[in-house]
This record gives sequence, C-alpha cells and structure tokens, in this order.
Amino acid sequence: MSELTLFLIRIAFLAILWIFVLSAVSVVRSDMFGARVSDGAATASPRAAKKSKKQPKPAKPRRGAPTHVLVVEGRSQGERADLSKAPILIGRGADAAIVLDDDYVSTRHARIASSGDQWFVEDLGSTNGTYIGSVRINQPTAIAIGTRVRIGKTILELRK
Amino acid sequence: MSAQTWAREFVHRQRRGAELFLLILSLVVGIGGYAAVGIGVEQKVPADIVGYGGWLAVLIIGAHIVVRFVAPYADPVLLPLVAMLNGLGLAVIRRLDLAAGATQNDGFAKQQLIWMTLGVVLFAGTLIGLRDHRIMQRFTYTSGLAAVVLLLLPMLPGIGKDINGARIWIHVGPLSFQPGELAKVLLVIAFAGYLVLHRDALALAGRRVAGIDLPRGRDLGPILAMWLISLMILVRQSDLGSSLLFFGLFVIMLYVATERRGWIIVGGGLFLVGAVAAAKLISHVSARVDIWLHPFNHYQTTAGPHSDQLVESMFGMAWGGLLGRGFGNGSPYRISYANSDFIIGAIGEELGLATVLAVILCYGLIVERGLRTAIICRDDFGKLLSVGLASSFALQVFVVVGGVTRLIPLTGLTTPFLSYGGSSLVANWVIVALLLRISDQARRPLPDLSFSASDEATQVVKLP
Repeated sequence: MSELTLFLIRIAFLAILWIFVLSAVSVVRSDMFGARVSDGAATASPRAAKKSKKQPKPAKPRRGAPTHVLVVEGRSQGERADLSKAPILIGRGADAAIVLDDDYVSTRHARIASSGDQWFVEDLGSTNGTYIGSVRINQPTAIAIGTRVRIGKTILELRK
Repeated sequence: MSAQTWAREFVHRQRRGAELFLLILSLVVGIGGYAAVGIGVEQKVPADIVGYGGWLAVLIIGAHIVVRFVAPYADPVLLPLVAMLNGLGLAVIRRLDLAAGATQNDGFAKQQLIWMTLGVVLFAGTLIGLRDHRIMQRFTYTSGLAAVVLLLLPMLPGIGKDINGARIWIHVGPLSFQPGELAKVLLVIAFAGYLVLHRDALALAGRRVAGIDLPRGRDLGPILAMWLISLMILVRQSDLGSSLLFFGLFVIMLYVATERRGWIIVGGGLFLVGAVAAAKLISHVSARVDIWLHPFNHYQTTAGPHSDQLVESMFGMAWGGLLGRGFGNGSPYRISYANSDFIIGAIGEELGLATVLAVILCYGLIVERGLRTAIICRDDFGKLLSVGLASSFALQVFVVVGGVTRLIPLTGLTTPFLSYGGSSLVANWVIVALLLRISDQARRPLPDLSFSASDEATQVVKLP
C-alpha cells in the first residue's frame, strides 16, 4: 500500500468524522430554532369553536369508563360532578363545577379534562398545589378510576 | 409563568429521520475506522468486515427502531453520538489487538463487541420496561442502599480481588464485574429522589460570608456523609477516580437542586481537605501526584513509582501532531493499558489532535443534550436526574482526559464508550437509555386540555 493511499485514507477518515460531528451540531441547532409554534395560540378559535359545536352531544361513555368525579374525603364529602360536562373546574370560587368548602383550596384550583380516552388532572397555579399520592403535580397528569387526587384537605376520585 | 408559556408555544418535533441519518454517518465512521485499521496495519481490508459491519449495523439500527417505537419524541442526537464513540473505540481497540498479535476471533475488540451487544440489549430493555422515569422516584432509598451494597461488594473476601492496586472488581465464577459502574447510576437516582424531597430545607441560608450565603451548619449532614463515603472508597479500595466522581456528582446535584453557591464552596473546601490529606497520607495517591508533577523523573526507572504509561502516551500524542500518524504507523502499543485508561493517548497518536478534539466535542454534545433535557423537563425529579446523568459523563471525561493530558493527576476511570471495559460500557448504555426516556417525556407535547371558547369568553368579560 503506497504512502499516498494511506495518507488519503487518513484524511478521508478525519473528513467523515468531522462531517458526523458537524451534522450532529446542525441537528442540535435546528432542534433549537426549528421547533414549530404549536397551533394552540394561532388557531385556537376555530378549533375551540369546533369543540364547542361538538359539546352539546357528549359521546356515549364506553363501558368501564369513569362517569363522574366524587369528593371522597373532606368537608365537601359526597359532592359530585358529571364528567360529561368536562372540563370540570374545581375550586372555592362560585364558577367551579365542584365548589369545595376548604380553606386550603384556591378559587380556581384545578381542573379535570380528557384527551382521547384518558382523563387528566391539571393544576391551575394554585397556592397549595394538587397532589397525586405524595407527589405534587406540575403538568397535566393522567388519572384512572380510583386515583386519589388531593386538593387542600379534600380528596377526589374518578368513579364509574 | 414565562416558562409555562414557552412550553405551550413550542412543540418539539420527533426528528427520528435526523437521528437515522446521523446513525448511518456514525456507522460509516465505525465501519470505516475498522477497515482503515485493517488497511493500515495488515495492508488489506479485514476479512470479516462484512460480518463485523453487519453486526454493528444490526445493533445500531435495532436501537433506533426501539427508540422509534417506545420513545418517539426522544432526543435525536444522543444515540448517534454514543454509537459513533462506541464504533471508534472498537476500531482503536482492534488496532491495539493487532499490535499485540491477536487474531480475528480473540482479542479485546471481539469481547468489547459482545459487551456492546449486551449494552444495547439493556438499553432496549430499559426503554421498553421503563415507560415513565418518575416511577424511579419511588426507589430513592432502595437504589441508594443497593448502590452502597454494590460499592462494598469488592471488599468481601472471596469475590473481591485486587487488580492493579485497586480493589474494585468482583469475580463470580468466570465473570468479573466492576460494581462501581452500576452503583454510579443507582447513586444518581438516589441523589435525585432525595434532593427533590429535601431541597427546600437545604436551600435555607445560614451565615453570609463575602456576599455568598453559606448553608446552615445543621444541614451539613448529607454532604459530610457523602464525603466520608467517598474518602472510604479512596482509602479502602484505592479508587481515586470513583471517589472523585461520586462526591463531584453529589455537589453538582446539590447545587442544581438548591441554587445556592454556598454548597459549591462547602463541597470544594471538603474536596480540597480530602485531596490534600490523601496526597500526604496515602502512598498510592502521593505516588500519582509525584508522577503528575515530575513524570520524566520516573520514566523507565527500576525502583519506586514509574511513569512509563503517562510518558509514552505524551510521546505518542506529540508524535501524532494535528492529523496523526495514521492507523498502523504509530506505536500506541508502547503505552500499557492503551485500550482502557489511555485510549485517548492512542487516538492522539494515530488519529491526531483533530480526532481527539472531535471526540471531546462529542462528549460536550452529549452533556449539552443531557442539560437541555433537564431544562425542558417538566418535573423536578427528571430535571435532577438528567443533570446528574449528564454531569456523570462530564466529570468522567474531565477526569480521564485531564489525567491523560497531565492537567490533573491520573486516576483510574474509563473513558465512556471508548475504553475497553464491559461494566462501564453496559452501565453507560443504560444511562443513555434513561436520558432518552426523560427527554421523550420532556419533548412530548402536552395533551390538549384547552378551555372551550365559551369559557374563555367569560374570563374576558370578567377582566376590568
């Protein structure tokens, strides 16, 4: 093998290596600036309109799917709200679907909504937080039937 | 509030196509390197290039397919970077095997490929088995305890064994394993889970000295405990590298969790005390410091500590220069343990500074992707976990490359993914799987839960 061939192989290998590194950097760069803006803000109104049109006829609940939220512990025990009216606002304020009589609950504390077949609970920036088990949630968190959601001194559950 | 708005506005794309493109490039580097080794050393393309290339391709593409199915939103750059480093490491190990006179079917490269297969299988297993990283928070104390047990295992007579002055191996039958590598992952999980729960207390400020709030005296318990554990690893197992890695990890995660610079000062102070004491009192460590300061005094000596490894590697890197000697034209085999501790020296000699810089840049990118994942991650446990995993790479690379290039005293850690070493390779593949799992969760768009239009209208009316 001639000296020149070996030299060319060496240069070719270095070239490939650096092409790899630079492409990786360019993917990182496009990842930083190329993320598209979600259509949530720009096209909110048509989508929301479509949704509100759909709302009058709630889909028939599937078998085994939860139908209502029940307050299982706390001063408002026994209070409930139908899931067909989702999203369900929970809080101390009068506009909440479940009005909780609990000093540790914010006016608009949390809400329960669905995405696909899955139900989610989302904290609305409350003072004392929303907990699942001992973990304070800070993003919409999936809940199932029987998951105990703690808000202040109150515990709610999805029920069939 | 602004962070939340940002998270709502941007939707990360899946970028699996970009990942595949980069993976194919990384395969070209890995297989091309293997071919170049054959051409350079034996003047012919290796006979098993198809089998070898095929195996590597199956592993890498297999990992890609798993990611595509179970973590579609995961970071697109991490896996290719890791695949490239692993492929390059295999080629360099193969080159050193050939110099040592090994044939195709034995030698360290073959074993490393088997370890890589196990690593990729565990990578896939982690991604498939662990669908939500938050589950690991439940095992905070379990994994902390498991890590301590793993760290103590080499001390047991019977299965523990001294190799090269460090007692970090366990032998069960024909298998040998470094439990410290696995303990590293478990410790990061334990630190993250612990700090998420206790960071509010740890962030309380105590006395204020020179413009920086020092932590309260009564909160020093955990950091002192960690310091003592690190010192114990150093004294009992003579393992300088791991001791530095564990303590460094804890201080970094403590700082990230509490945002208090005081912890870095306390941690740095404790580290200095420990380092100076160890350099003065432990003969193993003081020999390393002496070699670091005066390597040429101990070159090819007959008695006392000898620095041949470090000096040969420096000769090699100097001879390699900017573009390297080319595979087969250098003599990296003069460095003992060139395939594990000193693989950077071997790369510097035959592939030159250009490749060493590319490799360091790749590690930098891995760490950057880990920290970026931490920034966009929505839960605190995931944030801390990815910071910890990313900084474990950063610390390890700094300690190894710094040691080889004589920036700091040499310590025995492996270069992630490049060095020969089964336990380290497997553990690092698992770390990458965890990082991909967290980044998949972090980049996944939030479920659409926007209020209906009528609701928003009500809100507007209410505003003054």
